Amino acid sequence: MFRIQPSAHEDGPCLRLEGELTIYSVAEARDQLSSALEQSPALQLNLADVEELDTAGVQLLVWLKQEARRRGRTLVYTGHSPAVVEVFDLLQVAGLFGDPILIAPSVH
Amino acid sequence: MDLDRAKQTYIIEARELLDSMEDALLTVEGESDPSEAVNAMFRAVHTIKGSAGLFGLDGIVHFAHTVESVLDRVRGQTAKLTAELIGLMLECHDHLALMIADIQSEVAESAQSIAAGEQILARLGPHLGGGLAKAAPTPQPALAAPAARAGEKPGRDCWHLSIRFGRDVLRNGMDPLSFVRYLGTLGEIVHLTSIFGTLPEREAFNPEECRLGLEIELDTAADRTTLEDVFEFVRDDSQIRLIPPHSTVEAYLRLIRELPEEDQFLGELLVAGGCLTKHELADALRLQKEESFADGAVQGRKLGAILIQENAVPAPVVAAALEKQKKFQDRQAQELKVVKVSADKLDRLVDLVGELVIAGASAHTKAQSGDSASLLEATTTVNKLVEEIRDNALSLRMVQIGETFNRFRRIVRDVSLELGKEIDLQIHGADTELDKTIVEKLSDPLMHIVRNSIDHGIEPVDLRRARGKPDSGTLALQAAHESGSIIIEVSDDGGGLNRERILAKAIERGLVKAGAAISDQEIINLIFEPGFSTADAVSNLSGRGVGMDVVRRNIDELRGTIEVETEEGLGTTMRLRLPLTLAIIDGFRVTVAGASYVVPLDVVIECLDLAPFLESEQNHLINLRGEVLPFLRLREVFRIPGDIPERERVVVIQHGDLRAGIVVDRLMGEFQTVIKPLGKLFRGAKGIGGSTILGTGEVALILDVAQMVQLATERNAPNRKRPAALAEQS
Repeated sequence: MFRIQPSAHEDGPCLRLEGELTIYSVAEARDQLSSALEQSPALQLNLADVEELDTAGVQLLVWLKQEARRRGRTLVYTGHSPAVVEVFDLLQVAGLFGDPILIAPSVH
Repeated sequence: MDLDRAKQTYIIEARELLDSMEDALLTVEGESDPSEAVNAMFRAVHTIKGSAGLFGLDGIVHFAHTVESVLDRVRGQTAKLTAELIGLMLECHDHLALMIADIQSEVAESAQSIAAGEQILARLGPHLGGGLAKAAPTPQPALAAPAARAGEKPGRDCWHLSIRFGRDVLRNGMDPLSFVRYLGTLGEIVHLTSIFGTLPEREAFNPEECRLGLEIELDTAADRTTLEDVFEFVRDDSQIRLIPPHSTVEAYLRLIRELPEEDQFLGELLVAGGCLTKHELADALRLQKEESFADGAVQGRKLGAILIQENAVPAPVVAAALEKQKKFQDRQAQELKVVKVSADKLDRLVDLVGELVIAGASAHTKAQSGDSASLLEATTTVNKLVEEIRDNALSLRMVQIGETFNRFRRIVRDVSLELGKEIDLQIHGADTELDKTIVEKLSDPLMHIVRNSIDHGIEPVDLRRARGKPDSGTLALQAAHESGSIIIEVSDDGGGLNRERILAKAIERGLVKAGAAISDQEIINLIFEPGFSTADAVSNLSGRGVGMDVVRRNIDELRGTIEVETEEGLGTTMRLRLPLTLAIIDGFRVTVAGASYVVPLDVVIECLDLAPFLESEQNHLINLRGEVLPFLRLREVFRIPGDIPERERVVVIQHGDLRAGIVVDRLMGEFQTVIKPLGKLFRGAKGIGGSTILGTGEVALILDVAQMVQLATERNAPNRKRPAALAEQS
C-alpha cells in the first residue's frame, strides 16, 4: 500500500509519503509527485512513514531531485524513516541527495 | 510482479540440487575416487546457499553455510567422509529439503524446525575442525560498511565489483538491494558507490526501468565462482565485471575504458576505493588519451569474455580456472536448451492432441466416403501431420525411469540400516523412458515391492551365511522396453516365497479351502489377495497387511500386470509389465455383428482366416503352423446375438509369453485412437479396457488384452482350476 498525503508545514507545501515505495508503486508515485513538483516552486517530501523502499524507490527519489534541479524547483526530503536510512546506507546514496538525515530519526 | 516466479524457479532448482546431493551421498561410499561426488555435494549446497541469500532466506543461508564449510573441509581432505558423516549429511539434506518445502508452502520456519536445524549443526561442529574454514566468512550485517571506512586502508586486498544492471532487472522481480545485502554476508563492503547517472527528463523517465550501476570494493575470502553466483539471476542482461585482488593496474584501466561513465569519474571512484593511487590514475588517463581510442566509451562485453581475458592470476591457476569457466559456460549453454513447462500445460496439450486425432480421423472418414480425390489427399496429409504431432506430444511426456529408481537408493540405505541388513542395490536400464503419469503412479507400488523385498525377501546376515550366500544381499531394479510395453523387474537374492506358508496362511484366512488343488503359481498369486500378509514379525516397513493387493490394484489401474517368479532359497523377481502411455494408442479395428472393437496394434501378431473344417472346434484350439493356439470368439465372450458369418477371421494377439486368437467377423485395419476411460458402471466389465470414439462418431470398445489372453488360455486348462475367491475377485 502506498499513499501520498498532504501535510501542513510552516516552510511551505509538504507531502507525506506513506507505505511502500517499491517497484509496485513507483509508476503511480512518479505521476503524482511529478505534478506536485510542477505546482510548487519549493516542495518538501516527508519520508517518515515510508515503511519499505527498494531500488526502484531510491531511483525515483533520485530522479525527483534531478527533475527539481532541471525545472528550477527546490525539493527537500525530510524525516527519513529507519527503512529509508537503511537503504540509503546500503547504497551509499545519502550524498547524492544532500538532505540532512537525522541519525536517530523520530518516528512520529 | 515476477518475484514469485523467480522464487518458484529457485525452489525447483533447489530441489534438483538436493536430489543431486542425495545421489552423490548415496553413491560416494562405493566409489574409489570420491572427489567428483564430494564436489557435486559441495556445489549443490553452495548454490542453494548463494541463491537463498538473494531472496533473503536467512535460515537457509545460515544452515547451508555450515554444511558447506564441512563439505569444503572434506573437499580439501582435511576431514574424512566417514559413514557417520554421510549419515549426518543425509540429515542435513533432509533438513534443507524441509526448509525449501516450508518456503514453497509459505510457512514461516517453526521453532521446532529451527531447533532441529541447530541440533544438526551442533553435531556438525566436530567436523568443522578448528573454527570456520576459509570458505566460511562469518555473515556480517551489510550496514557495517559505512563510507567512513573508505579512506582508512589503501591497498587492501579487495575484489572490485563493477555492475551495471539491465533495464529489466526490477521488472523481473530482482532488487539490486538484495545483492548488496548478500554481498555483505560474503565479506566486508569496504566501499560502495551507486551510480544512477543522469536520468531522463519528464515523461521519458520510466521508473520501472533499472538504471542503477554499482561499484563495490569487497573484502572477502570468497572465490570468483561464489561472487559470480551472486549475480546468477541477472547475469544475462546486466554487465558484470569482477576484478580480483592484486590485479594489475591495466585491469582497472580496462574497466574504466569499458564503462559508459566518464573516465575521470570512474577513475576517482577507484582511487577512493583504494584500487589505484592518484598517481597511477593520472598516468593512466594520460596514456589513454595518447592511445586515442576511436570510441571513448566502449560498451562492455559480457562477463564470459571478460573472465577469459582476465588473467591477472598466478600462472598455474590459469589453466584450472579456464577449464572451470568452460564447464561453467557449457552449463549455461545447457540451461538454455531446456525449457521448463508445468505438467498441467503438457497434459492439456496431450488432451488437445487427442481430440485432434479424433477430429482428424472423422474428417478423413468423410473424405473417404465422398468422391473428391483432392480432399482425400488433403486429409491424408493432415492425418500424417497429426500423427507426428501426436508422437511428439507424447514424447514430451516421456521421462526416464532412472530418477524414480535413484530414489530407492535412499530407501534401501535407510531400511537396510534399520533392519541391520547389508544390501547392494543394482540399477539397470535407468534410461528407459515411459510416460510421466505412469512413472508417478508407479512410484508407490514400486516402493512397496522394494520394501517387501528388503524386509521379507533378503534374509538376515546369519541366515545368509548359513545358506552359503554372501553377507550382503543384492536387490536389482531393472527396466526395459518390450513390444510396446515396459518391463520393470525388482529382483532379490533372498529367501524366496515359501509356498507352504502362503498356502497355510491363505487357508487360515479363508481365502482357499483346505485340500483344494492349486498350482504353485496360483499359490504365489495368493499374496496379491486383499488382507494377505505372511510376515511373522510386523515391522514398521511392511507386514501390515495392506501390501501386495494394493500394489496389484495400482498396477491394474495402469493397465499393467504383475508376475512373480520365485525360487525358494534363491530369490524372488517381481515383474511389472506396463503400457508406455495411457492416452493414445495405435489400434487395430475389428467388427463383430456391425459393432467395432479395437485391439492395441502392438499386441497383434498376425491375422488369418478361421478354417471351417477345424477338428478341434470344441476345444477352441487352432493348429497354427504346428503350434497350439487357444482362441475365443468375441461373439461368445460378449454374448452378441446374430448369425455367425460364413468366414470368420482370427486376430492372433500376444501378451507376455502367452498367445491367443480372437475370432471376429471382419478386420477393418489400423486405426489411431484416443483412450477414454470407462465409466464407473463398466469398470467391472471383463475383457474391456476402455472406449474410443470413431471418426464416424460411433463408440468402439477397446479390448483388454491381458484379460482376453487369460480367458482364452484358462478355458483350455481345465485341470488348473483357480480358487473361487480369486476368480470372483478379478
